[in-house]
Amino acid sequence: MLVDAIVEAIRLAVTRIPDDVVLALKEAYAGEEGEVARFNLENILKAVEIGRDGSIPVCQDTGTLTFFVRAGVESPYLRGLEGAIFEATRRATEEIPLRPNAVDVMTGKNSGDNTGRFVPVVHWELAEGSEIEIAVLPKGGGSENCSALAMLTPSEGWEGVRRFVLERVRKCGGKPCPPVVLGIGVGGGADQALLLAKKALLRKGEERHPDERIAEIEKEILEEVNALGIGPMGMGGRTTALDVKIEVAHRHPASFPVGLVVQCWASRRAFVEIKPDGRVEVWQ
Amino acid sequence: MAVRLKTPLSEADVLGLKAGDVVYLSGTIYTARDSAHRKILGLAGRGELPFELDGAVVYHCGPVVRKTGSGYEIVSAGPTTSARMNRYLGGILGLGVRGIIGKGGMSGEPFKGRAVYFAFTGGAGSLAAKSVKRVVDVLWMEELGIPEAVWVLEVEDFPLLVAIDAHGNSLYL
Ligand code: SF4
Repeated sequence: MLVDAIVEAIRLAVTRIPDDVVLALKEAYAGEEGEVARFNLENILKAVEIGRDGSIPVCQDTGTLTFFVRAGVESPYLRGLEGAIFEATRRATEEIPLRPNAVDVMTGKNSGDNTGRFVPVVHWELAEGSEIEIAVLPKGGGSENCSALAMLTPSEGWEGVRRFVLERVRKCGGKPCPPVVLGIGVGGGADQALLLAKKALLRKGEERHPDERIAEIEKEILEEVNALGIGPMGMGGRTTALDVKIEVAHRHPASFPVGLVVQCWASRRAFVEIKPDGRVEVWQ
Repeated sequence: MAVRLKTPLSEADVLGLKAGDVVYLSGTIYTARDSAHRKILGLAGRGELPFELDGAVVYHCGPVVRKTGSGYEIVSAGPTTSARMNRYLGGILGLGVRGIIGKGGMSGEPFKGRAVYFAFTGGAGSLAAKSVKRVVDVLWMEELGIPEAVWVLEVEDFPLLVAIDAHGNSLYL
């Protein structure tokens, strides 16, 4: 039952691009005049439709399955949850199907079912209460290869964040399948900055950071990234990024860590909620 | 300009293309990613390559496949990042390959006078799969796994953009 729901969430994530992302892609298409940019955005919108109508993975890189679990400590469904996530990953790989993307670092051998040592990636967070929420984020390799960490000095501060992000996006050009979505984590330590950056990708398009000053920086960075002109697939155009999401944590006085997680236009996600009585809900 | 081409591609075919042209490609293409390139170049060096790459088109792609009764079906098959294969580019074009399909672009120099780089939209795997008519063959599946194996695909009217032509022009910034 639980396994079924997780398989469904994985299916939803890889076959249906979320509505807010599709909306942003359509706006991008309307805003582009160049033939090449339009060729790419048109193909993207067609692929989105084919995926949705045929329940087919939109992108062939169905990614490394990454789960964020917020587990209510009083839920009776906690026991065996990690096993259920692994089982669902195996089943989804066969049933949907997914591309097997888990490779042994020493031998290069593909496990064949998307599971392996520490894979799928599961991030746990304990919470009060008796509900469990699981977020599924399939993360593609092409865009993840552009993710990066910068340990800035506090004097570089937010100006340094801007510079680092712009430099990185420029350097990656067409590789992460722009238009991209940028997740930026500022503060914490090296690990937390990157984790926050990845988690930021779960936020919907219209969801700005609740702190207005940070929301403002999100908008500014988005504008600056789009002014780079990299465009869809790196072949020029007005849309290099669809969105920028920032999350912050307090930092050490001597550090100013910035994690950047680059997500492609196929900004995929889905959620499962397990209610206290065992009912499950799957949504995007 | 939009043209229809069929594999194998001739020298005249590729020299006639300009960056920005749209090509509807039909015929046979070979997928290859990092490990497949290493394998192909190793075998070719010993004269043991089990297929002919003269005039061929290589596709940087690791597909999603489904097993069917008699073989495999391609479910989703968009391009992977080509830059990873830059180090094998001279070698692979040296085998007579006339076209490479991928995303993100490659070094332009090796293409001059002999081959072109076609871009297909990254992530649009479900759309690309519509152009794949059948899986002709798959090589080294056991050894390399599904994404890295060489899939020999028959395609029809695969819509591609000439992104780097044989005359030194590129659409990448
Ligand atoms: S970067 Fe994203 S859209 Fe592009 S191929 Fe990888 S997973 Fe697919």
